[in-house]
Amino acid sequence: MTTNAPRFWRCIPQRYNLIGTHCRSCGEYIFPPRNLCPTCRRVAELEEYRFKGTGTVITHTTIYNATEDFERQTPYDLAIIQLDEGPRVTGQIVSCPEVKIGMRVRPVFRILGKEGDRGIIYYGTKFAPLADFSYESEKSLSKK
Amino acid sequence: MRSVSIIGVGCTKFGERWESSLRDLVAEAGVIAIDDACIVGEQIDALFVGNMSAGRFVGQEHIGALIADCAGLSRRHIASTRVEAACASGGLALRQAVLAVASGYHDIVIAAGVEKMTDVSAGTAADALAAAADREWECFVGATFPALYAMMARLHMRRYGTTHDQMAMVAVKNHHHACMNPIAQYHAELSIEDVNRSPMVADPLHVFDCSPISDGAAVVVIVPTEMARSFVDTPVRIVGSSQGSDTLALHDRRDLTTLDSTVIAARSAFRQADIEPWQVDVAEVHDCFTIAEILAIEDIGFVEKGQGGRVVEEGITALSGELPVNTSGGLKACGHPVGATGIKQVYEIVLQLRGEAGQRQVDEVEIGLTHNVGGSGGTAIVHILTR
Repeated sequence: MTTNAPRFWRCIPQRYNLIGTHCRSCGEYIFPPRNLCPTCRRVAELEEYRFKGTGTVITHTTIYNATEDFERQTPYDLAIIQLDEGPRVTGQIVSCPEVKIGMRVRPVFRILGKEGDRGIIYYGTKFAPLADFSYESEKSLSKK
Repeated sequence: MRSVSIIGVGCTKFGERWESSLRDLVAEAGVIAIDDACIVGEQIDALFVGNMSAGRFVGQEHIGALIADCAGLSRRHIASTRVEAACASGGLALRQAVLAVASGYHDIVIAAGVEKMTDVSAGTAADALAAAADREWECFVGATFPALYAMMARLHMRRYGTTHDQMAMVAVKNHHHACMNPIAQYHAELSIEDVNRSPMVADPLHVFDCSPISDGAAVVVIVPTEMARSFVDTPVRIVGSSQGSDTLALHDRRDLTTLDSTVIAARSAFRQADIEPWQVDVAEVHDCFTIAEILAIEDIGFVEKGQGGRVVEEGITALSGELPVNTSGGLKACGHPVGATGIKQVYEIVLQLRGEAGQRQVDEVEIGLTHNVGGSGGTAIVHILTR
């Protein structure tokens, strides 16, 4: 992992809760957050925005050969997801036997990596099929 | 602006050059180019070197000064500048050199490219290369370079019916070309079946869809066209030199199956050269993965969007076809020492224009094109060369 503590820490709102930016002057939703709207630049009116995290798989791959940090996780699915508000993100797809283009997904909070056995654990957002969500939540409700 | 011409080229053999350091490689290519240009070192006014990541690969930065030193020019204290645009660093070095000569600021300028990649493990090399992608929002969640191109490939297949066999044909063709190129990393023919049977890296891309990790250096010498014939009989004119940029992360692009940076750079280079894409006789394009060559021939404007796979299958881009692409073997089979690649492409086109490409010589070459991409398309550089 090439990040270090402050580098990861300052991104926690974005990585954990998908906090991005909304530009009130052009209406664009931006993720990850920016302090400059690419459309309006200096006349932008920016505010924080928490993305719902639901979206659609645009394209995907299964990675069999990863960098050293992700070697232990292979094979894993990676996709480009178009969030419902507009911007696209790259993220892993979990809890899904077969990823498909057009599939609806929701965000899940997961471990992304570790700095060895005693270092920092990096958490962040991965994505899971949206259909599973209702199924899982029904199950967990019935348990109660 | 002054017209600029290439008067000398040199390139090392590409491959796992365990016996040679970064310094050795640059000096080796430089000596060949300076000999070829019929100049002596004392005449050189300035030097530009493209290098992506010597800091990660050999723990050395400050490559500008190092290269001048290796070239034996330290006592002349000439301007020596390292430029970086990931895998497009070589193309960028040439473009900066062209601007320096075209502007009238310098006369005799060296554009070099070098990468020494095999002094680190494959894993470390992959991580260094991943720095060309968006570290925070691509690599951090587990993306690799093959994965980014695999996602482009998947979408291209779905939208345009491109098949993996068509991608494999790019590797087969480029390996065939490399067999005729003495500097190429691989001298082995490949079959479609070989590609399909090789281990999967990032679905749908197999190992043999990917360019290798390589060591190598390449150098060109450029001067104002008006001076060129006082050095050599067969100078090559640079009639187009253009550069485009785009978002660093693939997911932010307008279209995931188009490199807009390539579209923009190619369009502008064709305008400068006042030629149309169909007039190009031979091209070296950035085939870091097989799908990348298909995207490149579409985005440069040689074929319509979506037709790249079919064109490869029809043999149009083979050595015997209407538009031979990657006669050197491309990044795939000639090798891809990232910083050197953009200059090696120019080296190959210069040989083709001079009729010195041996067995892989294309008939009646008047116009050649080079296309060098950084990362997944954050930078693209296009040069057009004529006799």
